[in-house]
Amino acid sequence: MYSPKTIKYFNSPKNYGKIKNPDGIGKVGNIICGDVMWLYIKIGKDKKKQEVIKDIKYETFGCVAAIATSGQVTELAKGKTIAEALAISKDAIVEELGGLPPIKLHCSVLAVDALAEAIYDYLSKNKRQFRKI
Amino acid sequence: MRSPTLIYLDYAATTPVDPRVVKTMLPYFTKKFGNTASLHSFGLEAKEAVEKGRKIIADAIKASVKEIYFTSSASESNNLALKGLAWANKDKKHIIISSVEHDCVLTSAAWLEQQGWSLTLLPVDKYGLVDPKEVQKAIRPDTLAVSVMHANNEIGTVNPIGEIGKICRDKGVYFHTDAAQTFGKIPIDVNRLNIDLLTASAHKMCGPKGVAMLYVRSGVRIRPLLHGGGHEGGLRSSTLNVPAIVGFAEGVKICLAEMKKESARLGKLRDKLIKGALTKISDSHLNGHPKKRLPNNANFRFSYIEGEALIMMLDNLGIAASTASACSSPKLQPSHVLLACGLRPQDAHGSLRLSLGRWTTESEIDKVLEVLPAVVEKLRKISPFSSINN
Repeated sequence: MYSPKTIKYFNSPKNYGKIKNPDGIGKVGNIICGDVMWLYIKIGKDKKKQEVIKDIKYETFGCVAAIATSGQVTELAKGKTIAEALAISKDAIVEELGGLPPIKLHCSVLAVDALAEAIYDYLSKNKRQFRKI
Repeated sequence: MRSPTLIYLDYAATTPVDPRVVKTMLPYFTKKFGNTASLHSFGLEAKEAVEKGRKIIADAIKASVKEIYFTSSASESNNLALKGLAWANKDKKHIIISSVEHDCVLTSAAWLEQQGWSLTLLPVDKYGLVDPKEVQKAIRPDTLAVSVMHANNEIGTVNPIGEIGKICRDKGVYFHTDAAQTFGKIPIDVNRLNIDLLTASAHKMCGPKGVAMLYVRSGVRIRPLLHGGGHEGGLRSSTLNVPAIVGFAEGVKICLAEMKKESARLGKLRDKLIKGALTKISDSHLNGHPKKRLPNNANFRFSYIEGEALIMMLDNLGIAASTASACSSPKLQPSHVLLACGLRPQDAHGSLRLSLGRWTTESEIDKVLEVLPAVVEKLRKISPFSSINN
């Protein structure tokens, strides 16, 4: 049912936990439906002085797919500029994982939403607008 | 059994076929393969085997052979019971079922509701028990039948079907019970319990898949789902699955002979498992009734984590279990049984059913108690809720 990589990301979860004093938090999902994802980001600058996602962690309540997509989105976003991170699509997550069962595709949407929410949270804390990025 | 290192604790889903059962079935595939409807010696041989099996099964519930109808599954038996009664008794348009029935009863009843029957869903208490007084209250002059399962397949709660049967008999209403989880585990006497129709299945009691039965008390008006050659007294046309019926009967024979001892053995293991898990794991709860439950069923819920993830992690460790979480269901909805017991959806997501059986050993239970706390802990470390609450 699940791809080997999905199982790997589930069995040995990557980047889970909290970040102390995060620059942004994205909380998405609905406990009634059974998936909740919290994503924490820390923003830094790279050599070109661009803002990048220096650190990223998640906490997830959910099934195998929810946990694996959480790990995958953090792996894809780490080190990326904000614009690059926002460009990560749900399809990219699914592709990186080697596919997801159709009934679990919504988990990848949740992961993308969590990342966008965390970035939005960072920008609004710094009085900047999401759409100008 | 597969590998001694694999632990199977999903006997409520299905059971391995007892090798003694397999042995009795084998000749009926290759040598004694006749069609029971044939007039020659092959047919006769098959018919004799089926009738011998029918007698064993009838005796097991104190019924007569004419009241036992072989079907392909418990789902078919339950469909036949509800739809067959409804079609044969169109003057009575009201059906009562409990809200924790198996999906095949729920959806059959819901389908009849679409066809113009009126449906009452009985509530249950927090343990999943149906109150006989609620049955009494729900019965109307136009009530045709009441269907309440003997024991629940998820949480193992055993209903007071004798009391419910008595009420139905007094009111002149048919009483059907789905005994898929109890037949072969708990003694059943259809007369003493006032049961008019009863569903039982072979593969839940170390018999083969693909065979089940419906007991229909003599005199009950019922119509068939399947029309054809008029097998099974015209109620269920289809060539009889002779090897499976032979296996079903052998399975029943073994269950009856070992029931008392096996119930006591499994009950002890179940209690050890329940006590151990609740003691070792914080924020853990038992689903279902603490006493009125199947000897082989333990059902837990663990706060802050989700059931499908739990099942997969246990599977990686060689333990096969089951959950009723939304993520694990094709409908992505939490268990209707746990919701009917009053649980919030978020609490219903973290359920774990461990169901024991003939080959479950104490060392397997010890192994589960050794690894389960660590698995729950690992998932709680990933979950956002455990850190809030701790």
